[in-house]
Amino acid sequence: MAPRILSYVEAVREAADQEMARDGRVVVFGLDVDDPKCIQGTTKGLLEKYGSGRVFGTPLSEDAMTGAAIGMALAGLRPIHVHIRMDFLMLAMNQLVNVAAKSRYMYGGQVHVPLVVRSMIGKSWGQGAQHSQGLYSFFMHVPGLKVVAPTTPHDAKGALIAAIRDDDPVMYVEHRILHFEKGPVPEEEYVVPPGKARVAAAGRDVTLVGISQMLLECLKAREELQAVGIDAAVIDPVWLAPLDIDTITESVRETGRLLVVDNGWTMCGAGAEIVAQVTERLQGQREIRVKRMGFEPVTCPPTPALEERYYPNGHTIAAAAHALVKGSTDWAPVRPEQDIQFRGPF
Amino acid sequence: MHARLYRAIYRIRRVEEEVARVYPTDRIKSPVHLSIGQEAVSVGVCDALQPDDVVFGSYRSHAYYLAKGGDLPAMVAELYGKATGCAKGKGGSMHLVDVAHGVMGASAVVGTTVANAAGYAYAVKLREEKRIVVSFFGDGATDEGVFHETLNFAALKALPLVFICENNHYAIHTHQRLRQKSTDVCARARAYGMPAERIEDGDVVKIREKVAAARAALIAGEPGPFFFECLTYRWKEHVGPGEDYHLGFRDKLEATPWIEGDEMRRVAALVAPAERARIEQEVEDEVAAALAFAESSPFPPADELYADVFGGGR
Repeated sequence: MAPRILSYVEAVREAADQEMARDGRVVVFGLDVDDPKCIQGTTKGLLEKYGSGRVFGTPLSEDAMTGAAIGMALAGLRPIHVHIRMDFLMLAMNQLVNVAAKSRYMYGGQVHVPLVVRSMIGKSWGQGAQHSQGLYSFFMHVPGLKVVAPTTPHDAKGALIAAIRDDDPVMYVEHRILHFEKGPVPEEEYVVPPGKARVAAAGRDVTLVGISQMLLECLKAREELQAVGIDAAVIDPVWLAPLDIDTITESVRETGRLLVVDNGWTMCGAGAEIVAQVTERLQGQREIRVKRMGFEPVTCPPTPALEERYYPNGHTIAAAAHALVKGSTDWAPVRPEQDIQFRGPF
Repeated sequence: MHARLYRAIYRIRRVEEEVARVYPTDRIKSPVHLSIGQEAVSVGVCDALQPDDVVFGSYRSHAYYLAKGGDLPAMVAELYGKATGCAKGKGGSMHLVDVAHGVMGASAVVGTTVANAAGYAYAVKLREEKRIVVSFFGDGATDEGVFHETLNFAALKALPLVFICENNHYAIHTHQRLRQKSTDVCARARAYGMPAERIEDGDVVKIREKVAAARAALIAGEPGPFFFECLTYRWKEHVGPGEDYHLGFRDKLEATPWIEGDEMRRVAALVAPAERARIEQEVEDEVAAALAFAESSPFPPADELYADVFGGGR
């Protein structure tokens, strides 16, 4: 029988639905989770099925509602707090960093905070300065928080279930463009557990690590590299904290070349962490070459004329990987038209 | 009742006086924010609660921790950084916790736990439990955005929650009137849609009665939250065992009526002398034993550094 195909949106929705049916402690709330659009459809039907006590829209109070989410978790509920943009989490940093991350430790293990915070990174069609940021490295920095950024519909479902069942706070990072992805998703419940990366494609010549939506760009780059005889491995970390550095290191041990393509800025970013950890492990054992790519070090511009230069894409990734392998920068794939699928109006 | 209230106030006062006495030895390695002079608020509120009610509070945490039933030896050991502390030496004075007795924790960041209390109260309401949540905070917290966001949410959801603003007039060294154009905290609470009342004289019996009535209403199913502003006064410096009148930001004359009208002494006079003596001796013995426990307890072992970051250890 052919595998069942679901969209990323349907996978996220199904994970929440199945967990809410299984566990009466799971509650879902956030701005507009119960409005007609249901967060792109990711919360569709939950209100009707589970009622307004367990599924509710909130005032525009990210700080207090994050604090309330923590209080619910302390009381034994398993809250899922939804933010339609990751940028909005800046209003919730005190509660996330000072309370959610620290409570288990600073209360000597007397409490724990089983909280899931869903947030979305925007891209294209004029998202601009404050609808486009991939700020997960902020959370990777803090002991006590787990961070996951699933790329495929399969992992979106399994990682959300794992996050809900986790006894500690999990930052669950979605990408608005990935919401359109479709792929095989088993109907039954399953977990994509913390600390396990996925090898999306094997390869001998260079290791590409793609975070969140950049994984898809890395896979495009892999095809272009294949055409010129370069065999790229592509790895999806899935979980950024805890990070499966072993899987990445083993690939780089074979290829000797590492290119991390971040879905954020490179300065102090997830890519910097991955490159540093791989280098620490392989130095003295094997000569390696490394490179990071990410957002250009500017604020995201909404105009397409500048925005297309702001993000890495399959072509720029392929060119950078080619340079790592061949040692020269004289090759670049022919650039076709802009290839992002998203269409307005928003 | 007076004997019980006196014991509770006297006990907190004596614990903190002993903390202040030991402090110069540097055996307590934790910033302490003493409640001396403010004990009656915590005692009045917590005497109206039941064991399964829960409280959240601020870093000025000793009084409400003890008043709610938090373990005394574990508290002192926590201040000493010992393995037997309520948080195994990993919380300190500003993060006292005793879940078994409904003390859910405290934040060093002003206003933070006000929202946590609301979330806990939401869970209590969702599960239709017959208990309530109390949020203690100071006048400084009413400057913070999270205070306003939380009051709105708590009123919107009619939560079984009692807000207690312990207004000692100062945020560190800055008087409320230098931080707020309108110092009427209760007016702001009412604006969000909840009853609010100021209790101006620090009368522990009155505070107890007001909170008991609010609790009874909540348990009977009346919509919450309730809000009380309890005026009080901090006798000691913001942090540490000493006084701070020499800094010049406040006049000792401002403190005089509070110190002369000490609620502990007022309640003491309502207890028969023989009973009072017995209470005082029992408390002295208990406090001495708690200090001895803390002194003799071991420090946490090295591997405790990595415990409790996540469930399941490292």
